[in-house]
This record gives sequence, structure tokens and C-alpha cells, in this order.
Amino acid sequence: MRSVLYLLTTLAVMGMAFWAYRENYSTQAALSDMGRVQREIATLREDLGVLRAEWAYLNRPDRLRELANLNFDKLRLVPFDSSQYVDVVQVGFPAPKPAMPALNDGPILPGMDPEHLPIERPAGYPPLRPQERTP
Amino acid sequence: MIRTPLRPLARILRARETGENPDVIEAENRAQRHAVIQDGARNRAQGRLFIMAMAFVLAFVTVGMRMGVMAASQPSEPRAQVTGAQIISQRADITDRHGRVLATNLLTHSLYAHPRQMVDPDAAAEKLAAIFPDLKAADLKEDFSGKRSFLWIKKKISPEQMQQVHDIGEPGLLFGPREMRLYPNDRIASHILGGSTFGKEDVASAEVVGIAGVEKAFDHWLRNPANEGAPLVLSVDLTVQAAMEEVLKNGMNIMKAKGATGILMEVKTGEVLAMASLPDFDPNDRPRPLLTGDPSDSPLFNRAVQGQYELGSTFKIFPITQAIDLKLVSPTTMINANAPMRIGKYLINEFRSHNYGTLSVTDIIVKSSNVGTVRVAQMLGADRQKDFLEKLGFFEPTPVEMSEGPTGKPLVPKRWPAVTSATVSFGHGLAASPLHLASAYATLANGGKRVSPTLVHGRARKEGEQVISAQAAQTGVQLMRQVVVRGSGRSADVVGYEVAGKTGTADKPRPSGGYYKNKVVSTFASVFPASNPEYVLVVTLDEPTSTGPGGESRTAGATSAPVAGEMVRRLAPLLGLRPLTETPLPTVERPLADGIKLVSN
Repeated sequence: MRSVLYLLTTLAVMGMAFWAYRENYSTQAALSDMGRVQREIATLREDLGVLRAEWAYLNRPDRLRELANLNFDKLRLVPFDSSQYVDVVQVGFPAPKPAMPALNDGPILPGMDPEHLPIERPAGYPPLRPQERTP
Repeated sequence: MIRTPLRPLARILRARETGENPDVIEAENRAQRHAVIQDGARNRAQGRLFIMAMAFVLAFVTVGMRMGVMAASQPSEPRAQVTGAQIISQRADITDRHGRVLATNLLTHSLYAHPRQMVDPDAAAEKLAAIFPDLKAADLKEDFSGKRSFLWIKKKISPEQMQQVHDIGEPGLLFGPREMRLYPNDRIASHILGGSTFGKEDVASAEVVGIAGVEKAFDHWLRNPANEGAPLVLSVDLTVQAAMEEVLKNGMNIMKAKGATGILMEVKTGEVLAMASLPDFDPNDRPRPLLTGDPSDSPLFNRAVQGQYELGSTFKIFPITQAIDLKLVSPTTMINANAPMRIGKYLINEFRSHNYGTLSVTDIIVKSSNVGTVRVAQMLGADRQKDFLEKLGFFEPTPVEMSEGPTGKPLVPKRWPAVTSATVSFGHGLAASPLHLASAYATLANGGKRVSPTLVHGRARKEGEQVISAQAAQTGVQLMRQVVVRGSGRSADVVGYEVAGKTGTADKPRPSGGYYKNKVVSTFASVFPASNPEYVLVVTLDEPTSTGPGGESRTAGATSAPVAGEMVRRLAPLLGLRPLTETPLPTVERPLADGIKLVSN
């Protein structure tokens, strides 16, 4: 009886030693993984900062104005004017194309079916950064 | 213990009887006694040796175990306190109200040298001078060959320049990381942002410190890690600010003005949407402040906040509105406005020595009569007039969140005799910044509730006190609408936006006393749309001259009012204000695919 107890205790100690050994190494692995992820986040944040700075620099109003002037032939962009405020009902849309020859047969192509008009890009593109907090 | 005697009598007697030598017995006993003593001493010595040996064994085992542990374990830094603190940049961004970046950080490098570690200082100096045109090879050679063991070469270098310096291959040239502040929009909103510089510098890092504008006012907030990198959201709208600066610049050139200011403010909240002051500067490369001469000649001078100008006739609306509020006059009350008017030894004249005779209160504002305003101000009395101006905020600096804000303290006369009261009523003798004027006009437009300017978007603030009744404030705005419809501000009228405003032309005071004959500050302060005021726009031109068909003119009606009109035309659509059109546009039915027309009654 006593020898069985000794054997079981020895086995339990060995098992716990093994568990502690594994736990130690998995903790170390998790810590180093976290360190790596933190470094990665820092690098990515840095890159994000650079990209945002670049985006802001490329979209600075002076440059956009110059580009709009340079490409005036193609784009015909002029400053936003009060006459551009109209309701949708006041816009003279072009008449849709006449009914399609084989409406039942062919696949409905985008732009051909009045019910499947291409969706306009929403205003305020690109999406804005959420405002986290103000002082 | 019984000690054995050396010469036991019994044995000695027996030995004597047998004829033996009794000394042998004594020697024997002595030897026994010595053996016992020796045994005891040996035992003690052995015990001591054992303890000593144990101590040495323990010490060596401890050291040996520690060495074993250290040899067997993996080397690593203690990492219990790993936090996210180092992954956010050290200074928060500044954005406009829509989140567009106005100021951000960029990681660059600084270049420094350890001349004692240099292999070939002369060649390095030559090559550095070739890379950086503003460095001189001779100076560098002198620095590198002297006794110095450390020197900064460049605070900020670009990645291309860094690669070129790398290519020199000099071990004594070293790089340190530097976070630099970048203002991607160059000159836009330069006065609001201010600028930044390096504070404490080290090889490994340097702190970025704000030196002006919101960068300085919010320096602690921007550097506070507790904000977790949240940006500072300003009330400024980048698009509106850029458009305002463009219009203002053109206006300043056309009117040949020395400087110009524009402020656009939201009436309900006091948030400044755009604030420009020309000439401006590039915050990325902030010029040095002037050490001599007039500080207002420097591009760093923010006319909107720091400039103290006598704002002229734009002040007339305040005594008139106050008199209407106190029911002393109504817009139709007739006032004797015969010019010139005498107060003590001073004569008060109209513009170009007009004499308007008797005018209604509305026409006093429309024709901008000095004498009429003085008469109304006299009805109020100096105390009430002073009290009202104080409530409008003309006696203390504006609470705007810029480091320049507290310096813009208005120049208020110390005493208020009758003549001061009279001149202040038409805007002379009290010098305030255009931002003061904008907040006072916003107060009128806000139904008489006090508005104080702010540059931070969406900040919860308590409602201002009621300075004047809503009805009187609305009447004041309607009077200003008449100025634009048929008075001096006609050139600021924009179809659909119901601009209401007041012109103001003030002679510039000489530093030596008195006023210049041909130098004025012309201001146009306006509110739009008049029926439901949402925005306040103040345009001030410093020393403008407009050349029209009638010759040269310096009046605000000919200089700032057209600029303000153009500004409303450009900015109001950008703000999302729909024009009020009298004739509605026709409604166009959308044609349907089958050609059927929808008809309803």
C-alpha cells in the first residue's frame, strides 16, 4: 500500500515538473510573440503615419488647385458655386435607352437595366477618420 | 573525574619494596595525562576544520549552482512591464474638423559626428559639403580637425541624403532617429498652427515642442500619453481655410494692401471655421521673429488675434442695438444728425464733411452717420455703453486657444469722458482685434447670447449669457442687412445669401500721436444669412487702396466689402449653405423607360 502511494506521489511530482517546464516555455514564447507584435504595430503605425502624411501632402489644396488648372481642358472644374445646389427633381436626366431587343434572353448588363443603374460613389469619399476624442 | 596522581603512594611503596625505580611510574602517569590533553585538542581542531570546510563547500556550491543556472538559462531582458506606451508617437496629430491632417509627425534622422573616430576627416568634409549645399567644406574641416569629440551636423535629413552620407563610408559620421513635425499643407492655416521646434536634444531622440499658435497652447495635451494618440481636432475646415486664403490673397493684391485678415466663425458655437492673416509663413520653415522695428511687419504677426485696430464704423451697430434694446429708440425714430457736432473742444464730422440733417435710426446705420450714432450713444450714457462693450468682450483678451491669444488685449481708454464715449461709439479710441469684432457680431447674430471664439471642434461649452434681448439683436441684424441692400456695403451683396454687414474705415494712428491722412484700416464685418444667421465673416485690410472709375478710394465699401462679397460667394457653398432663391427652379420629371408621363393633380 505504502509503495503504491510513493509511486503515485513520484509520478505526480514528475508530471507537475513537466507541466511547469512546458508552461515556462510557452509563457516565454507568448512574451516574445507579444514583443514581436508590438514592434510590428509600432512599424505599421509609423508606416501609417507616413502614408497619412503623404496623403495629406498630395491632397494639399494648393496642389489640387494647380492640378485642376492644368487639366482644365479635360475636367472643366471650376470652384463650387451656389448655382450648383439643386434638388434631384430639378435635374434633367437623359432619357434612358429604348427597350432592349431581347429582354428575356440575354443577361442583364450593368447600366442597361434602369433598375440596376450603377450606384454612385457616396459623397465624402474617402472615408474620414473617426474622431476619437477632443480635449 | 578523579585526577590520577603522578606518584600514587600504593604503587611507589610496592615498587620500593621490590627495588624498582619509582620514577618510571611517575613518567608513565605523566605520559597518560599528556595523551588525554592531546586527544581533547585534536578533537577541537577537527571540529573547527569541519565547520570551515562546510562553509567553503556551501560558498562554492552556491556560486557553482548560480553559474550553472546562468549558463543553462536563456538570456532575455525582464519583460514584465511591456506596455503600448512606446508604440504611439510622442506628439499627437492635429486635424481639421473633418479629420484632414494639419500637422503630423514623420520619422527622419539627424546627422552627427565623432571627429576622433574619423578615418579621413578632410575627405568626409568635402563629400558632406557636396551633399548639403548649405555646409562649407572649410568650416567642416576645421570642426573635424579640432579638439571636439562630438558635433551636430544636421538636425533633419531626408532618406536620400542619409543614403548619400552612408555612401561616404566614414565611421565617425553617425545618425540618430528624429521625429519631426510636418505641416503637409504648407502655408495654409499657418498662423493657427504656429510651429514647433526641438526642445531637449539627445542622440537617441529629441522632444518636439510647440512654439506658437495651437501647437504651444496645447503643448501639454499633445504630448500627454494618456490621450493614447488621439488627434487634436480643430474647428477649422481645411477647404474653407484654403479658399479663404486664396480669396484674401487676391483681394489684398488688388487692393494693394499691406496686410489682410479674414475670420469666419460659426454663430451658434463660436467655432472658428477659418482664420487667415496675410502675409503668412511656412510653419515647416518658420522664419525668425524680427528683433527690431514694428512686430506687425513680420509675417509671424497674426493680425486676426494680435492686431489691435480701431475698427471704425463697424462699432456703430453696438450703441444703436443697445438703444433699441433699452427701448430708447426704434428703427424709425428720427435723430438730429446735423454735422459738425461739438463736444467740449472737439468737433465731430461726417465722412467727407457730409451733413445728413435729420435721419432715422435705420439711416444712421445705412449712411454710417457719426453724429447720429453719437447722439444715440449720448442717450445711453457712458456707463451703460461701457458696460455693454464689456459684456461683448471688448475689455479682455479673447479666450481663443492660441499662445498669442492672451497678448491680444484690447487697448481700452482708462477714463470715459463725454468725448471718449462719443468716439468709441463710432469705433475710434478703442482698439481691438478682428477676432473680438467677430465674436461681438456673433453675439448679435446668436440672438444676443454671448459667443466666445474657440478653435477646438465639438467641445461641450455652456451657453453664453444673454447680453441683449433676442428681438433687439435681430433688429440689429436687419439694420445691417439694409447696409448691404442700399448702403455702403452694396458690393458685398451676394444673391441668395442675404449678407448683412457693416463697413468700417478707420484712420491709422501714428505711433507719434494723431492719425495718418492716407492710411486706413478698412473692415467689413458681416453676418449671413440675415434671416437665420449662421456664420460671421470679418474681413480687415491694412492700408488698402482701390482704384476705380472714380479715382482712388480707401473706404471699406470700396475695399473690404467687395473682398468679403467674393468670400461669401466662394465659401458659403463650401459650407453647405443653400442659396435662397426667389424664383424656384422648374421641376423636371424623370423620363421613364416606357415613355409614359406621370401626372398628378
